[in-house]
Amino acid sequence: MLIVVCIKQVPDTTQVKIDPVTNTLVRDGIPFIVNPYDTHALEEALRLKDLFGCKVAAISMGPPNAEGTLKKALALGVDFAILLSDRVFGGADTLATSNVLAAAIAKLHAEVDTVGLVLCGKQTIDGDTAQVGPGIASRLNYSQLTLVDKIVNLDLQAKKIRVSRKLEGRHEIVESPLPAMLTVVRELNRPRYPKVQMRLVAADAVVEVWNNKTLQLDEQKIGLKGSPTWVSKIFSPERDKGEIIGDGYADPEGTAALLIDKLMAKDMLPL
Amino acid sequence: MTPSPSLFAPLLLASLAIFAWGCWKRLSLLSLGRPEERFNNIGTRIGEMLRYAFGQKRVIAKPFGFNHFIIFWSFLILMVANTEFILNGLFPHTIKLIRLPFELYVPLAFMIDIASLLALTAVTIAAVRRLFAPPYPEARTPEAFFILGLIATLMLASFGLNATELADYMLKSGADPISFIAAARKIMPISATIAGLLPPLQLETIHVTAWWAHAVALLAFICYLPNSKHMHILTAIPNCFLHRLEKPNTQPREDFTVGNTFGVGQVDSYSWKDLLDSFTCTECGRCQNVCPASITGKPLNPRAVIHDIKVNLLENGAELKNGKHSHKPLIGDGGEGSVSEESIWSCTTCGACMEACPVFIEHMPKIIQLRRHLVETEAKFPEELLNLFENMEGRSNPWGIAPSERTKWCSQLDVKPFDSETTEYLFYVGCAGSFDSRNKHVSVAMAQLLDKSGITWGILGKDEKCCGDSVRRLGNEYVFDKMAKENVATFIERGVKKVVTQCPHCFTTLKNDYRQYGLELEVIHHSELLRNLVEDGRLVLDKTTQEMGTTVFHDSCYLGRHNDVYAAPRAVIEAATGQAPLEMERNTNNAFCCGAGGGRMWMEEHVGERINLTRVNEAMEQSPDTICVACPYCMTMFEDGLKDVKADNVKVRDVAEVMAEALLR
Repeated sequence: MLIVVCIKQVPDTTQVKIDPVTNTLVRDGIPFIVNPYDTHALEEALRLKDLFGCKVAAISMGPPNAEGTLKKALALGVDFAILLSDRVFGGADTLATSNVLAAAIAKLHAEVDTVGLVLCGKQTIDGDTAQVGPGIASRLNYSQLTLVDKIVNLDLQAKKIRVSRKLEGRHEIVESPLPAMLTVVRELNRPRYPKVQMRLVAADAVVEVWNNKTLQLDEQKIGLKGSPTWVSKIFSPERDKGEIIGDGYADPEGTAALLIDKLMAKDMLPL
Repeated sequence: MTPSPSLFAPLLLASLAIFAWGCWKRLSLLSLGRPEERFNNIGTRIGEMLRYAFGQKRVIAKPFGFNHFIIFWSFLILMVANTEFILNGLFPHTIKLIRLPFELYVPLAFMIDIASLLALTAVTIAAVRRLFAPPYPEARTPEAFFILGLIATLMLASFGLNATELADYMLKSGADPISFIAAARKIMPISATIAGLLPPLQLETIHVTAWWAHAVALLAFICYLPNSKHMHILTAIPNCFLHRLEKPNTQPREDFTVGNTFGVGQVDSYSWKDLLDSFTCTECGRCQNVCPASITGKPLNPRAVIHDIKVNLLENGAELKNGKHSHKPLIGDGGEGSVSEESIWSCTTCGACMEACPVFIEHMPKIIQLRRHLVETEAKFPEELLNLFENMEGRSNPWGIAPSERTKWCSQLDVKPFDSETTEYLFYVGCAGSFDSRNKHVSVAMAQLLDKSGITWGILGKDEKCCGDSVRRLGNEYVFDKMAKENVATFIERGVKKVVTQCPHCFTTLKNDYRQYGLELEVIHHSELLRNLVEDGRLVLDKTTQEMGTTVFHDSCYLGRHNDVYAAPRAVIEAATGQAPLEMERNTNNAFCCGAGGGRMWMEEHVGERINLTRVNEAMEQSPDTICVACPYCMTMFEDGLKDVKADNVKVRDVAEVMAEALLR
């Protein structure tokens, strides 16, 4: 069985500022990182590889420099990595992106091994739409399990998976047949750290690149042309002014209790 | 009255064979170690050997060391007597010291007699000490008493031998006993006194008994020596000759090529000198008695680490010699011959063990090699370090704060960027000075003092990156290597020559570690620069500050022990307050770590007493109003510790803040 992990190279958003005049992201000199949620998807795939011996492929759609992101995945232990890169893929919204990713997964399924699981981060920290994972599942007609914080059981014989989904204030245990697409949250696991030997090998590795000649997709369904989304404006939302409650110096315990009460009242502290 | 060579010679040969075999068994294992250059600067090395091995300089630094000094020098003198004994045993009628010219024989015989008494006294004291007040509880081993007993036997037997020979000579020559003994006492005071007490009829029996007691003890000693911790008698002198001439405050670089091993996971990945260290340790326990981890109840014991390396090497030696993998893991359950992960992570890299070791065993680099293996080869480390490693690699600071925030500390000040044309010093602010809300005050004080002094200085601003100290000491050499290369490139590109740092960790890394990357910077710690500026009259103090009250100074390990800067911070405090700071019980090169070095700053401390609390309590014994520090980590550890002991009235101040208080407020 093959597990496919979809990862994305994103700008380190903690370092991104929004230009107040043009309302666009100031990306100059901002380093790229692997989308943090995707690192958990990657870890889960590698954990399943350790447990069941299945193969893991990492795929990413992006410009040529997104190769670095895939090399990080190779350093962590994925079996192979494919970069989906072509000018005609550029400017894609979530719909067009999921078309390309789904096509690549279908190709892996046909040519490498039966795909049993597709793992994605719950969302990327640059777009924050959380639509690409579900988009892939829809295109491929896979079961769709979002916001997974635990794989309760994976039965490869019966081709079934049971997961816990982290919802607001509660958890949901659901079971579905394979193949399935999971989007994962941070609570799922703790990503491993790459071993130096693997990093060195990954640094020298050549990442396979698939362009549209490889995938043969209709240009009307990919890239800018295949993207119905239209961005009118990006802005920082106004933040409500906070309030100062209690007196943390004089009465730390009481103040903490007050804070807990407030958070509970707003249902922001799921127990 | 002659021994039998036909019995002694085969015994001697057998003993020498056992001795040679023991030496070969151990010393041939050194060839398993990696190569390391230790034969440069022969002249300096000979000097070090004379000072530390023959002069026993570090041994006598502790009160009990004098006892060892006596044993050591007695041994050297008695080597003459023992050589005579052996030759006499082989050729009974030909070789005797007494056949030497009288002018040579008299002082030699006198020295031997006195040395024997001194050695006997010293081993008795050592045995009593080990019985009633051992250096550490486990030191009360049968082995220790066996070897002390053996030496005592040798001394007593040699008195017996000399005394019976004197008495025999006296009887045969028919000399007047009273005048003969009186004359002999001037040559061999102890042996002659004993000779006067011996019963004439049993001389032969006593002599033969003493001779064989001496022979058996000596041969047993020869057999035992290379197969025990007493091998230090053979290796300690070379170890002093071979010690690292520069302070062991850095770790060697690694070559990041596919197929290499990183760190030490198997004992033969250590260098031959590391392995020699393990045979040189005589388990005196001085290292564990100064180790902050050992003292506060952590599983780390530097003595045990060295011992475990030795045991592991001996157990795996045969396999390793045959090119196989070792069967006993070096990093394991912490039983004899393996070092536990917990103890590996307990080290604060304070260097106290290496400062205390009389024979220059280098403990800390060995522990860091084990960390390297865990981090780089196994990716196995305490979970709180994962964030640190990623923050360091991704954002070049321990907290993962956006690099664009690096200059926030000076947003209210007019600080210029470093420019090699117009600014003399680069003020390398460091991560704590840039991001830590408490430590930013030190950076501001420092900036104001630099401005006041009139020297020109600038910062790298957003181009400044973390020096990488913590990741290197934590064994993440791969990430350190990347960080160091980036920084070195920036320093070269910007033409940086002189750097002032306010953090001893930045200080040592830029000064010592980056030298391995070909970068020779003139790095000065801010305490030294401030002291110099006061001495040069560029900072003129027309008043002292009384704000600080009574001060006590805490030495940072990476400023003091690792870089020998002790006087400068004290001078700054004295100039600013008019009073020299009080000293804690353990100070300067014996100072006790705050607990934050070696990356421990970023780790939890679950086991035993907290190191910072131990140090805070030690500081509180001086009843200070202000604890002065010269390191951001020490500052955090003290402020946290003071909160724990609820000493809200005691302040912690960096030396720059003390100076600023006197000069600017």
